Amino acid sequence: MGRYPTPSDPYHGGKKAPARTTSIDKEQGAEAPSLCILTVCIREGTVPAFTPPPLPSDDKRWKIVNGTMRKSGFARYALIETLHTVQSSFGYLDDDSIRFVARSLRIPLSQAYGVATFYHYFSLKPPGKHTMTVCLGTACYIKGSDKLVAAAAKRLGIPQGQTTKDGNISLMTARCVGACSRAPVALFDGEVAGEMSAEQMLERLERWAVE
Amino acid sequence: MTIEELEQIAKSVSQENEKFDFEVNVCMDLACLSQHADQLKDALSTAIAASGKKVLLRKTGCMGPCSSGPLVRVDPQQTLYHHVDAGHAEAIVSSLGGEPVPDLQCDLNEHFDLQMRIVLENAGHIDPEKIDDYIARDGYQALLTVLTEMMPNGVIHRIAESGLRGRGGGGYPTGLKWSMVAKASGDLKYVVCNGDEGDPGAFMDRSVMEGDPHRVIEGMAIAAYAVGASKGFIYVRAEYPTAVSRLTTALREARRRGLLGNNIGNTPFSFDVEIRLGAGAFVCGEETALIASIEGRRGNPKPRPPYPAVSGLWGKPTLINNVETFANIAPIFRKESKWFAHMGSERSKGTKVFALTGKITHTGLVEVPLGIKLYQIIENIGGGVPEGHTFKAVQTGGPSGGCIPANMLGLGVSYDALMAAGSIMGSGGMIVMDDTSCMVNVARFFIEFCMTESCGKCIPCRAGTAQMYTLLTRICNGSGTMEDLELLEGLCSTVKEASLCGLGQTAPNPVLSTLKYFRNEYIEHIVHKRCPAGVCNLEAPVEVQA
Repeated sequence: MGRYPTPSDPYHGGKKAPARTTSIDKEQGAEAPSLCILTVCIREGTVPAFTPPPLPSDDKRWKIVNGTMRKSGFARYALIETLHTVQSSFGYLDDDSIRFVARSLRIPLSQAYGVATFYHYFSLKPPGKHTMTVCLGTACYIKGSDKLVAAAAKRLGIPQGQTTKDGNISLMTARCVGACSRAPVALFDGEVAGEMSAEQMLERLERWAVE
Repeated sequence: MTIEELEQIAKSVSQENEKFDFEVNVCMDLACLSQHADQLKDALSTAIAASGKKVLLRKTGCMGPCSSGPLVRVDPQQTLYHHVDAGHAEAIVSSLGGEPVPDLQCDLNEHFDLQMRIVLENAGHIDPEKIDDYIARDGYQALLTVLTEMMPNGVIHRIAESGLRGRGGGGYPTGLKWSMVAKASGDLKYVVCNGDEGDPGAFMDRSVMEGDPHRVIEGMAIAAYAVGASKGFIYVRAEYPTAVSRLTTALREARRRGLLGNNIGNTPFSFDVEIRLGAGAFVCGEETALIASIEGRRGNPKPRPPYPAVSGLWGKPTLINNVETFANIAPIFRKESKWFAHMGSERSKGTKVFALTGKITHTGLVEVPLGIKLYQIIENIGGGVPEGHTFKAVQTGGPSGGCIPANMLGLGVSYDALMAAGSIMGSGGMIVMDDTSCMVNVARFFIEFCMTESCGKCIPCRAGTAQMYTLLTRICNGSGTMEDLELLEGLCSTVKEASLCGLGQTAPNPVLSTLKYFRNEYIEHIVHKRCPAGVCNLEAPVEVQA
């Protein structure tokens, strides 16, 4: 846990340690009033029960995100799981969502942002309407998946990891999807297609382009 | 749930199955699914309904030879059909009770003959989403026997006696690890299953989790009883959504049957398991980084000691084993005690699952007794390199392993032999390369992988891999010098010696092993500006006169 206090009940740790709210509030200067309330509470010796922040909007997807956090009792360890829920609901992680999750779980924004950027699976940019992912695992690489990436990048006019200007197609790469026996592998909107040739791949990209 | 009740379930399943004349098993593993095995299953289902025959149609986990997929096996005749598509469904169903369909029948006897299936014994035979299928094949017997008849010490002793070593790569004796956790003080202990199969080119753990998830859960429960843990976590890559959903189903079913939760088997032992998702970080396969990730933090490794066995998850003693290690546990208790130790070589017991891929005829999942010769795996089981090409090297252990050349194929596969050859057993990826693969390029690929996957905490790994990548790129471009080669070797030893965790310590292995066995290719790139395999795009290609 490093310099962070270890809660007495580690497994449901998030329910306790309310004093941690202060560091978040300091980061987000606009929240000065709540700091005052907390100061008063601490002075009076009454520790307030934690109330999670309100949902950012009426969007129903926030309820799903909130549900994930509630399931773990807003414990800090739920950060990665919650970011997964955000990404599967919204397609990517934007500033608002990271801020909301960090506040709800009482994690410093820097730490939440650190986690979001550390793990490759999380994307901070909105994906295109379609996503093609080329596997760059060893077996796929040996069978020439790097050439697939180059061909796709040339056809779409974008480097890997980016989305076409019209927002139609994202070109991504993955570190092994575990379908090595069918290498080289590409995923078209999550659907695995094996023994991919450059022609087949370009044909499928073409189909997306004319939609 | 008691042993009698388990037997009752097994009996009722077999009675149910006896109502059918035939069983048609369809492989629904990722490789077969990517070739529309789901449509095939629907077509078979329609054809069976139309034929009026008594046929049990079952979806199963990986059957092994993925390159022949989609696969269908008809029991009790054990006829294996390959490259089946929806159009073949009627022919297969109408052949039931008569002669098998000749065009589809595949002859893979040689592929299967040398294999020995323990971890994969149920894969391809049970529906992974039905707990009763697992129970019918003696599932959870071992757990209940252990809980009612053995003391935790006896359990650990049995594992130590079996000689089982960790299947995640390091090969640490499992019994020793368990006894360390058991001896650690603390009322709260955890058991963690490492399913973060980040090694590119390996998919054994995925297949086990997808094809036989209860086996992993049973192994974890036995381990928890032995070390005194009450809570378990399975850490799975987010890239494996099917594994996650099948494990979730399996956990729910096990809880429903009273095989997880409070007072399992009417004993005081309570244990439950949760799933945690990874998020695409290779370093999280390292145990201290994995712990950080389960705690919801960045996957940064920590110096050891303290080992997780003493201070792991939330500072509590934690047992971390790989998926395949846990999958080996139940059979050790089901058979007599010496059975496991009789298999394998002197210091490496049992079997190992390998994901055989690359330039080889039969790609897929194979399980072999340890001690088997490398050429037997490649030539007999894998069918050799496809015609027209020659074998160059086999890569084991992923980015932490090395490349083994053709003249060393007589090597018996064991932890120590592979280590002596400059590679490692690793989690079990085995990638075959032929004359069209450039070994310098392969080394560069792995270093690039380690460079991007380095967590950045310690400098030797963070900066060292980046410098090695620059040097290797220079050599691949044809602008490398012999001094670069010396520098590269020096860097390798620095990174190996000075890095904090396993990622950095083993990152130079692919470079060191290719330098050892394929040094001429490096020299060819540097001196003659030529790539023997024709892979690298050298800036100033020089024609070499014969």
